[in-house]
Amino acid sequence: MVTLKRKKISSYVILIIVGLFFIFPFIWLVDTSLKSDMQIFKYPPQWIPKPILFSNYTKALTTIPFMHYVWNTVKIVVFAVLGNVISAPVIGYAFSKLHWKGRDKVFILVLATMMLPFQITMIPLYSVYVKMGWINTMLPLVVPDFFGKAFFIFLMRQFFMTIPEDLSEAARIDGASELRIFLQVILPLAKPAVTTVGLFAFIWSWTDFMGPLIYLTDSANWTISIGLSQFTSSHGLDWSLLMAGSAMFMLPMAILFFLMQKVFVEGITMSGLKQ
Amino acid sequence: MKIDINTVEKSNEKHNLHRKEKKYNLQRNQKKLALFFLAPWIIGFLAFSLYPILATGFYSFTEYNLFDPPKWIGLANFNVMFHSSEFYTSLYNTFYYVIFGVGLQLFAALITALLLNMKVKGRAFYRAVYFLPSLMPPVAGALLWVWLLNPKYGLVNAILGFFNLNQPLWLSSAEWAKPAIILMSLWGIGSTMIIYLAGLGDIPSSYYEAVEIDGGGMWSKFRHVTWPLLTPITLFQVISGIIAGFNVFTQSFIISAAGSGNSPIGGIKNSLLFYAVNIYQEAFSYLKFGYASALAWVMLIIILLVTLIILKSSKKWVYYEGE
Repeated sequence: MVTLKRKKISSYVILIIVGLFFIFPFIWLVDTSLKSDMQIFKYPPQWIPKPILFSNYTKALTTIPFMHYVWNTVKIVVFAVLGNVISAPVIGYAFSKLHWKGRDKVFILVLATMMLPFQITMIPLYSVYVKMGWINTMLPLVVPDFFGKAFFIFLMRQFFMTIPEDLSEAARIDGASELRIFLQVILPLAKPAVTTVGLFAFIWSWTDFMGPLIYLTDSANWTISIGLSQFTSSHGLDWSLLMAGSAMFMLPMAILFFLMQKVFVEGITMSGLKQ
Repeated sequence: MKIDINTVEKSNEKHNLHRKEKKYNLQRNQKKLALFFLAPWIIGFLAFSLYPILATGFYSFTEYNLFDPPKWIGLANFNVMFHSSEFYTSLYNTFYYVIFGVGLQLFAALITALLLNMKVKGRAFYRAVYFLPSLMPPVAGALLWVWLLNPKYGLVNAILGFFNLNQPLWLSSAEWAKPAIILMSLWGIGSTMIIYLAGLGDIPSSYYEAVEIDGGGMWSKFRHVTWPLLTPITLFQVISGIIAGFNVFTQSFIISAAGSGNSPIGGIKNSLLFYAVNIYQEAFSYLKFGYASALAWVMLIIILLVTLIILKSSKKWVYYEGE
C-alpha cells in the first residue's frame, strides 16, 4: 500500500516537471512581452515585470503593420478553409462510399502524395505561378486547396468508411438519387469530420511559413508569419515587442484549442491510427 | 394449397433479372457520380503533383534561372552536387536531426503518453498542457526559443546557472546549435504523444491482467504487451518523422534571422544548413533552379530508400495482431 502511494506521488512529480517544460516558455513569453527593454537585459533575469508595460502590445501593433498582416492572413485562411471543406468531403466520398473499379489502387496514389515533400514540387510550381502572374497574390496559397489536399481526403475517407452502408441502402430503396444520398444522408452525419478538416486547414494556413515566404515577396502582401520573421532584421532585436507580437499570433490557436480540444485530439488520432 | 412450380421459378427468374438490372443501374449511377466527384482530384493530382515531379526531374538535367528557357547540361548538376561541401554538410545535419531529433521525439512522446495513460487525477489538464505547444505557429515558436536560449539573458541558461550547470552558447555556437534545435522540437511533440495515447487506449486491459496472473510487473507489462502493440504506430511515426526531418526549414531560417545577429542562412559554420534549407538557398537566393531540382530529386530518392529499408526491417520488429 505504501509503495503504491509512493508510486503515485512520484508519478505526479514527474507529470508536473514535464508540464513545467511545456508551460514555462509560455510564461516567459508573456513575461518578456510586458517588460521594458532595460529590464530584459538584466542579469540574472528577473521574473516580475516592473513596470508592467502593456504598451508593448500597442507598440507591436504599430511598429509593424500588424493588423494589415492579420488581414492578409485572414483572407488566405478563409479561402483555404473553404476550399478544403468543399473538396475533401466530395473526394473522400468518391474514395469510400462510391464503388468503382480500381478505387483502392488509386487511393494508394492519394496516400503517396500525402508523403510527398514540398521541395520536390516547389520549383516547377513556382515557375508556373511566375508565368501565370500568380506571385504576390494569394492564389498559389489557396487554389490547390480547392482540388483536395491528400491528408484531408484521407481523413474524410476514414470517417465515411465508419458509416454503415445500410443507411445509403435504405435511402436508395426510398428512391433517392446517389447525389441526394451524399448531400442529405451521409454529409449531415459527417459534420464532426468536416469540422476537423476545417480546423486543421485553419491552423496550417494561419501558421504556414514557407508558402508565403516564396510566393509573397511584396511586403504589402505579407502574412503574420512573414511579417514577424522580417521584424527581426528590420528593427534590430526588440525582444519585448517580438514576444508581444508572437503572443498575439499564438492567441487564436490557444483559444481554438481550449474551445475545441476534443476535435483536435480526435482528428490527430484518426490520422495516426486507422491506417 | 397447390403451388405451381413453374410460376414460382418464372417469378424468381424475373426477380433475379430485375435485381441484376438494378445492380447494374446502381453501379452505373455510382460510377457517374464518382467521376464527377473525382474530377477536382484528378486535375489537382496532374497539376500539383504529377507534372511538378516530372518537371523537377527534367530541370535537374538543365541549367535554369526561371527567366531563360532551361538549358540541357546532362549530369553536370549531379557532378557539382557530389563535389559540393554544402551538400554533404546538409546531409550530415539532416541525418543528425533525423537520428537524434526524431529518435528523442518519439522516445519523449512515448514516455509522456505512458505518464498520461496512468489513472491520475487531472489527466485532461496535463494532456492539454503537453499538447498545446505543438499547435503554435512555427515562426512564433522559433522566435520564442531563440529568446529562451539566449546565452546570457535567456531563461534556459538562467535555470542551468541556478543549478550550477554548464551554460552552453546554444544557437550562437556551431556545436550546440543542433542540440538546441532538437530541444526546441521536443516542445512540439504533442501530436505524436496524442497518437501514442490513443494507441495505449486501444490495448485491452485483459492483456495486462494476463501478465499480472503470470506474476509480471510493470516492466514485463511494457515489454510483452504495451511495446509490441505500439510497434505498428511507431513504424508510422518513424516514417513520418523522417519526412518531417528532411523538411526542417522554418526553425533554421528564423534562427539565422534572429538567432545570432546577422548570421547567414544555415547558421554559424553551416551548423543549421539542413537539406531543405540548402534547396531553398540554391533556388531562391542563387536562382540555380536546375541545381535545386537535382537536390530535390536526390532528396526524394534518399527518403524512398530510407523508408524502404525501414519497411524491410519492420518485419523483424513490428508486431501485427492476428498474425
